[in-house]
Amino acid sequence: MSTRGGTHLWVAQRVTAMFLAVAVLVHLATILVAVRGGLSAAEILGRTRGSAAWLAFYAVFALAAGLHGAIGLRGIAAEWLGWRGRGFDAAWLTIGLLTAIFGIYAALGLYAA
Amino acid sequence: MEQGTLRVSVWRGDAAGGAPQFYEVPARANQTVLDVVTHIQREIDPSLAYRFACRVGMCGSCAMEVNGRARWTCRTHVKKVAQDGTLELRPLANLPVIRDLATDMAPFFDKWARARGTFQPKDAPDGAVPAEFHIVPPATPKRQAADAGIECIGCGVCYASCDIVAWNPEYLGPAALNRAWTLVNDVRDGARQERLAVVAGDAGCHACHSTQSCTERCPKGIDPSGAIAGLKRTLFWNVFGVSR
Repeated sequence: MSTRGGTHLWVAQRVTAMFLAVAVLVHLATILVAVRGGLSAAEILGRTRGSAAWLAFYAVFALAAGLHGAIGLRGIAAEWLGWRGRGFDAAWLTIGLLTAIFGIYAALGLYAA
Repeated sequence: MEQGTLRVSVWRGDAAGGAPQFYEVPARANQTVLDVVTHIQREIDPSLAYRFACRVGMCGSCAMEVNGRARWTCRTHVKKVAQDGTLELRPLANLPVIRDLATDMAPFFDKWARARGTFQPKDAPDGAVPAEFHIVPPATPKRQAADAGIECIGCGVCYASCDIVAWNPEYLGPAALNRAWTLVNDVRDGARQERLAVVAGDAGCHACHSTQSCTERCPKGIDPSGAIAGLKRTLFWNVFGVSR
């Protein structure tokens, strides 16, 4: 990884962390609110179906979480397993984006259900 | 005045390997660890290799691992570190051993060079003496940030105390990054962007976990951990085109 790329990954992880700090609080608060009337699929879908705001929130959430986690695991694997280099970086980026796509796909499902 | 006996374990060996050897040294009042090593070499075993020069904490050449911690032996009193009258001495960690307590400092200083630790005059790129003196007011924030790290004498205590260096031999280490940070804050220096580029990334400041062993153990009271955080901050804003 070039040093420039290293800086960009580091910045990406910090910026996603800033977003996730707020997003996780929103997510937890939503869970607390959601279970008050008993947890049901109907109630969840009632909130998310057709709501562009929730779709946008969870899409960005999934993207941030996927990238943040993959960059973090990349650092751990580099230090503990010696997995360094372009090939591993590409693999981590793929894992991060795949994770994000699964999350966004789920959010789309809740939006379009 | 003699006050009993110290039991001293000294690592003896070379690059191929080694083992601790045990010596008994007369304990004295106001005795430094360097006094103990010198006693062993002069009175017991002249083949012991170690390094020192000034004996007063100016040169930074006598650093060793004393009871598991990197220290200047000349400024460490035995009574502060001996445990039940025993001392364990080893060469500095994270550096190749030449022989016994003397390490090869070349990888350490090579990393200073790799981090562009040399001053590059802004108005005289060829290294010539500038025609005019540059005025840097002492109260300016950049001057103060540079001053905070400028007293490093390159003893290698921070480097030997750093877990990241142990994990990643490519990592530039606290001293080289601290040096880079003083130059990043030097308004007379003309190599800011090049220096920022070489200290970034997985072998540079972004590898640091901020566990701060360097800051904890620096005999000069310098804060390399803070310097590395400064480099990260500067590089962060640099990505967005903000020069700080």
